[in-house]
Amino acid sequence: MKEVKVCVLRIEGTNCEDEMADAFSMVGAVPEKVHLKQMEENAPAGLGRSLEDYDILAFPGGFSAGDYVRAGAIFAARIKSVMGPQLKSFVESGKPVLGVCNGFQILVELGLLPALEGAMSETPTAALYTNDSGRFECRPTVLRNDDRGKCLFVSEIPKKSLVMFPSAHAEGKLMSNDPDFVSKLEDNGQIVFRYVNPDGSDADYPWNPNGSPSDIAGICNPAGNILGMMPHPERVMTRFTRPDWTRNPGPEEGDGMMIFRSVMKNLG
Amino acid sequence: MAVIEIRIELKKGVADPEGKNTKKALESLGFEGVGEVKTVKVYDIEVEGTDEEAVSEGEEMCKKLLANPVIQNFKVTVR
Repeated sequence: MKEVKVCVLRIEGTNCEDEMADAFSMVGAVPEKVHLKQMEENAPAGLGRSLEDYDILAFPGGFSAGDYVRAGAIFAARIKSVMGPQLKSFVESGKPVLGVCNGFQILVELGLLPALEGAMSETPTAALYTNDSGRFECRPTVLRNDDRGKCLFVSEIPKKSLVMFPSAHAEGKLMSNDPDFVSKLEDNGQIVFRYVNPDGSDADYPWNPNGSPSDIAGICNPAGNILGMMPHPERVMTRFTRPDWTRNPGPEEGDGMMIFRSVMKNLG
Repeated sequence: MAVIEIRIELKKGVADPEGKNTKKALESLGFEGVGEVKTVKVYDIEVEGTDEEAVSEGEEMCKKLLANPVIQNFKVTVR
């Protein structure tokens, strides 16, 4: 089988790149943590990298550049200046891109999501804004797979089934200045995950930790190759990081495994 | 060299949890008659060129990084 190379992109102050890389290793991919400076044309010999050499691009969660200005904004601005055109052609070629938490914020700031008007908008057309509670919300969240068959990252998760991924963010409320954006996302089949209560009903706070409209937790682009989500699948790859594993040992694998399996399978 | 002040405000209708919580805290300290409390972010930036050039450069900065048009308005003035 051909080696699947994953670029886990980082800059100063990125964290969670280790977990993201490990998650890809666990499904047989070959991840590499790449600093954005390695993508610059004048990178030192031997350290230079090119995005087109990778099969998957992943933006890890956590923080980046102190999350100054807005969460993910500085990382996004620097990506645009270093490799904007390369990123656009990577996306347009249909290669998978995953953004978790800060990664989702970066994808939105880059204009790669929701991408209702083309692959990559000049300025952001959405925002991940401060949680309704005004606080950092950190706890397990239950998500329903609402994908309608488009997203490359969820094909191994049975449709409408529930998964548990932890959330940990202060800015996760999806907003747009288009009042119809939720119905547009719905019509396009771009809503991949919704927060639900543990019994599967529509989420109330705190099960919807941020107040996102329509309980949206994760969306894909119209083509389905970019997934951005606030909760962290890479944090539940084994049973040991499920909060109730001592009471309910359950299966050996954590729910997060299915995200990474799906994309590997879809790469064939 | 000009110094521009860039003021980033939340758009009307965008909730301001920090402002709301600050209002609550002020009221709990006994400040009466506190109306709406809004948080804003201000950058002072030194820029080369005339005042006019500095302002238009500042506006470009807002579009490219400092403001997200979905939730924020900006105002650039020369100090």
